[in-house]
Amino acid sequence: MNESVSAVAALGPWLPIILQGFAFDVLISVLAMALGTVAGLFLGLGQVSRRTALRAVSRWITQFFRNAPWLVILFFCIYLMPFELRIFGTALPFPAWIKGVVGLALPVMGNVSEVVRGGVQSIPSGQWEAASAMGLSRWQTMRMCILPQALRRMLAPWMNTYAVLMMSTPLVSIVGVDDSLRVAGSVLATLNDPALLMPVYGLVLVLFFLYCAPIARWTRRLESRA
Amino acid sequence: MSSAISHSRPRADTKLLNGEPAGDIVTVRNVVKSFGAVQVLKGVSMSVKKGSAVALIGPSGSGKSTLLRCINGLVPLDSGEVIASGHAVHTMRSDADSIALRKDVSMVFQQYNLFPHMTALQNVMLAPVHVLKQDPVEVEARAVALLAKVRLSGKEKSYPGELSGGQQQLVAIARSLAMRPSVMLFDEVTAALDPETVKEVLTTIRDLVNEGMTSILVTHEMRFAQEAAHHIFFTDKGLIVEHGDPKSFFSSPQDPRTREFLSHVL
Repeated sequence: MNESVSAVAALGPWLPIILQGFAFDVLISVLAMALGTVAGLFLGLGQVSRRTALRAVSRWITQFFRNAPWLVILFFCIYLMPFELRIFGTALPFPAWIKGVVGLALPVMGNVSEVVRGGVQSIPSGQWEAASAMGLSRWQTMRMCILPQALRRMLAPWMNTYAVLMMSTPLVSIVGVDDSLRVAGSVLATLNDPALLMPVYGLVLVLFFLYCAPIARWTRRLESRA
Repeated sequence: MSSAISHSRPRADTKLLNGEPAGDIVTVRNVVKSFGAVQVLKGVSMSVKKGSAVALIGPSGSGKSTLLRCINGLVPLDSGEVIASGHAVHTMRSDADSIALRKDVSMVFQQYNLFPHMTALQNVMLAPVHVLKQDPVEVEARAVALLAKVRLSGKEKSYPGELSGGQQQLVAIARSLAMRPSVMLFDEVTAALDPETVKEVLTTIRDLVNEGMTSILVTHEMRFAQEAAHHIFFTDKGLIVEHGDPKSFFSSPQDPRTREFLSHVL
């Protein structure tokens, strides 16, 4: 008993780098969300396009990334993307964590695309009809009449997607990104004390819980208001 | 001599003279429309004189609303011709064609279809600013005046959700008028309203008719049709069965289907 208490006390100095790893999780998830949202918005608008070919291609891409395992997409990005990008002779490094951002952004894109399609299609057809009868073009209607209403309905499922993304972010530890989970693993390897397994992984769990639970609660509030 | 002068005077509405009988602003010829296997319009013909109000009445599902949507091109025809305010609706292909038509032919819907995230004033201003590309300052002044005209002064900043059904419908009418259309289509505009708010909407429409706004009214309000319309068209199962001036139509209907219908609703 006394031994394990002192072991936990020994964790103290390692706490900052675990927190730093968690901050990296947050950063990766925010960047992946931003990238996935922008791409998903375009893809989702493609899914409600009047052009049959564009609609079919958008639908196919959406379904592909929505139904693929996140970890497999991540592996594809890590091993298929170049480690640096040459633009006009300058080498732009492409570290693993950026590949991780892209790898996580792809399934987010698929999910956001569905959220956008659902949001747009949930707006009653009378809104389209009225706008059309007033002489608004399809894009004007989308921009001024449909999207402002649809965005409100999309907010809760979009935040839900973010919560799922955040909880999947530690997957990047498998492909060598120093996120909280991988840092925790390194700390445990260094201290080499089985009694620390529970406290260290427990700490990582609590960090994720403290971050994700308020988001989930906020989402539920939005859903009940909608 | 005087006749020569009157002939040489340019007509304000020359675009209306493309093969239409003079004075008719809407002409519908043999319009056929099916949705899937259901033929909703089976060869409908009618015409509406400029400045007149006509009522389309008939049982539910007889094609009245579809006919209205064919007139402003919201629903494409299978065959037949529609000429509305100088636009050949049946030959419309491009978006630009439909937009040009809808500047002249405006429509008010049963469910109002106001944009809920915009105030009453913003709803009225939207199309003049973004379709007609008019100066927002001038449009705003006109929109305020239009809301006053439909007796909604003071409600400019209200959102549709804060207005009663009747008030929303009045905003929708003001929104249509803001385009300065030459024809107004009213699609059962009082059918979704509480009985006590029906009257204010009907009064507003009657004012418009009295001012000479060409109006096509699909309605279930028989007394209103009788009092406000200059001509009644009765539709049944996708055909215009009978039409005439309100007095003779309601007092001595000729067709048995008209008699049957009127015996139920009057």
